[in-house]
Amino acid sequence: MSSISCVDLHKSFGGVRAVDGFTLQVEAGDTVALLGPSGCGKTTTLRLIAGFERPDSGTISVGGQMLAGPGVFVTPEKRRIGVVFQDYALFPHYDVAGNVAYGLGRGGDPDRVREVLDLVGLSGEAERSVNELSGGQQQRVALARALAPAPEVVLLDEPFSNLDASLRARVRDEVREILDAQGVTSIFVTHDQEEALSVADTVAVINNGHVEQVGTPEEVYSRPATRWVAGFLGEIEILPGTARDGVVSCDLGTISGHSEMEGAVDVLIRPESLAVDTIAPPTHSAQPAVVVSRRFYGHDQMLELRLDSGRQVRARRLGFPAWHPGDRVRVWIDGPADVLARDG
Amino acid sequence: MAGAVLGAAAALPLAYLLIVTVDAGGEALDTLWRARTAELVLRSLALTLAVTTAAIAIAVPLAWLTVRTDLPGRRLWTVAGALPLVIPSYIGAYAFLSALGPAGLLQDLLEPLGVERLPSIVGFPGAWLTLTLFTYPFVLLPVRAALRRLDPQLEEAALGLGRSQANVFWSVVLPHLVPAIGAGALLVALYVLSDFGAVSIMRFDSFTTSIYTLYRASFDRIGAASLASLLVAVMLVILWLESRTRRPEALYRSGPGAARPPRVVPLGRWRWAALAFCAIVSALALAVPVAVLVYWSLQSFAGEVDWSGVVSAAGHSLLASGLAALVAALCAVPIAVLAVRFPGPFSAAVERLSYTGHAVPGIVVALALVFFGTRVAAGLYQTLAMLVFAFVVLFLPLAVGVTRASLLQVSPRVEEAARSLGRSPFAVLRTVTVPLISSGALAGAALVFLTAVKELPATLILAPIGFETLATEIWKATSVGFFERGAVPSLVLLAISAFPLYLLTARE
Repeated sequence: MSSISCVDLHKSFGGVRAVDGFTLQVEAGDTVALLGPSGCGKTTTLRLIAGFERPDSGTISVGGQMLAGPGVFVTPEKRRIGVVFQDYALFPHYDVAGNVAYGLGRGGDPDRVREVLDLVGLSGEAERSVNELSGGQQQRVALARALAPAPEVVLLDEPFSNLDASLRARVRDEVREILDAQGVTSIFVTHDQEEALSVADTVAVINNGHVEQVGTPEEVYSRPATRWVAGFLGEIEILPGTARDGVVSCDLGTISGHSEMEGAVDVLIRPESLAVDTIAPPTHSAQPAVVVSRRFYGHDQMLELRLDSGRQVRARRLGFPAWHPGDRVRVWIDGPADVLARDG
Repeated sequence: MAGAVLGAAAALPLAYLLIVTVDAGGEALDTLWRARTAELVLRSLALTLAVTTAAIAIAVPLAWLTVRTDLPGRRLWTVAGALPLVIPSYIGAYAFLSALGPAGLLQDLLEPLGVERLPSIVGFPGAWLTLTLFTYPFVLLPVRAALRRLDPQLEEAALGLGRSQANVFWSVVLPHLVPAIGAGALLVALYVLSDFGAVSIMRFDSFTTSIYTLYRASFDRIGAASLASLLVAVMLVILWLESRTRRPEALYRSGPGAARPPRVVPLGRWRWAALAFCAIVSALALAVPVAVLVYWSLQSFAGEVDWSGVVSAAGHSLLASGLAALVAALCAVPIAVLAVRFPGPFSAAVERLSYTGHAVPGIVVALALVFFGTRVAAGLYQTLAMLVFAFVVLFLPLAVGVTRASLLQVSPRVEEAARSLGRSPFAVLRTVTVPLISSGALAGAALVFLTAVKELPATLILAPIGFETLATEIWKATSVGFFERGAVPSLVLLAISAFPLYLLTARE
């Protein structure tokens, strides 16, 4: 189990800055998600940590040992970092056991191979050709192969993107359990915010080659540091507001507890933080509104509401009661809301 | 590093040839500055263009029919389609000449019907027909391979977008075949320019026959060397044109899951036309030459066959070509790895150098090595090592090409995975890269063997004294008109070539 430290990493390919001032500290034993849109540099960052690419500048340390930095470059085979590739990159000329044994050196320690295959639930498939396996099985072989030499750190590049949606949630949980059982520090790259939020201990949101925000899933989701992070992590309403004496007021009412703010601000509210009913509880300052449209998703529904000020906001509520366009309702803030100073 | 040394060694004869030409200076220019030279260039280029076009026109439909349709007897046509590769152009030319030429077998057959003269095939038509029929497999084999590894999902995606089957072929399949067609067409073009056997038998004046005439008849070495340099220049221009049109290639599948077999297109009522096409090609390229050889062999059994001579020539052919195949395959791996995994000006230069053999016909390499051997390395002159070296220089490009193509199908991620599992770059090369490209390297070795075993001019000029091979036996017999004597060695040569060809096609 080792901590990972990346400081001010830069990497360009032919003038394109793929990684641009990337800094991240990962605690030993943590599972960290690098979350960002495609082309944000997250896979390049992973390749820098694995040692497949050499950074133009900046340092990478694992467990206190510098792997890349000024005058230092440890080759991938000496890093003891396991890697699970997006397309799995299994060795087509070896069977399942042969793939897993590859990292164990000569002889390949059959006991360890069996142990790791047990861990990923493939003990019955040891002799099979990897080309015959399903996508989910190939993924587990890739994980078993990476874990076999007992690395301190495991990196996973979009590990779940090639799996069926029905399989994905289960495999995610399994992978997380396996990683925890092995006690490794892991970083996985994903563009799927739900995946990042549900699997990781810590989420690092990446944009344009650098970290926009690091935090627990709850922090980055409900307290986004920037408008970009807020928008990338899911639907959000951004309302203009004014802060005075620690109280922020906007079209949806007032929010207290932001004493550091003064003047023009933006209020960021997730649709599920808005409550809707015909009568508001007396403890909240509710605003009157009209339902403009409703979309039903099964376990929840999304309402488009027009406030008396003319502003439209979205509210996500449980599937029932069913609201209909034209219903007059009252809406109030019932959950976390974030306030950002308005720049420019 | 190994790759760089090998690339440089392959370029040695070319460099030496240039030195000889430049040394001669004005005299060399005088030789080239004749109206006949321009005519020679145009004639050779016209033949090259005509043969290359015809070879593509035969090979692409044949590849598609045998890989992607329900053509009856696909296995048979697959093997029959590639087999002409084992027939040396001089055997093919002699078969066609003795069958279709003036006073040939066909005319003998037709004479009772009152046919007294057939249109002459001597010259351009004969050279074109012969070279097309015996070079189209150079296009067929890579196109077949490309068709087989083309992800069927690409075509299904296009069909799903409402494109017709024919439209999908033009818009999806063909663009993916272009690199393979280009590589094959390049081989054909360079083969035609360097061919000596067919053009000399068909009495078509080309570069190589002119060089040989100058060298042998008048011992005009400067003239031969300067003409050879010009020929090399023409071939370099073709190579340069090809490299300009080559696009970035990454043909490995990136998707996970099991690979699916290629789609099969039902031919329906077109199957008879398709069968007729395959049958005509195979009849001309295979049945006619073999029938002629068998005919002459039967004629020769009436007299006395020199079996011990045939056996010893076959042994020499196996030895020289086998060594060349082994050395070329071993050299091809580092060059291909360098070219594919470490792209850059340096590796591109090394790869180009290794392609020297493409740009230098056998007769030119032989000439250069004769100069080199007599002036610089007398100890090597007329040794087996010199002959094998000439073969490797000539045919290394075949091995590099196939090895490179198979390496392009290995995802670099697989090698990175091996690195991250604690293996050094060299260990990864040994345990992952080489096993994954071994079938490609084996195919390369088989190709080199196939080509070396039928090589004529370099063997004629460089073989140690008394070291007769099947190729020289055949040439010596047919060049003095003893068609019967050439027939048995020809059949033995074809039989020997069948084994590597089997390796090439059966590994599918």
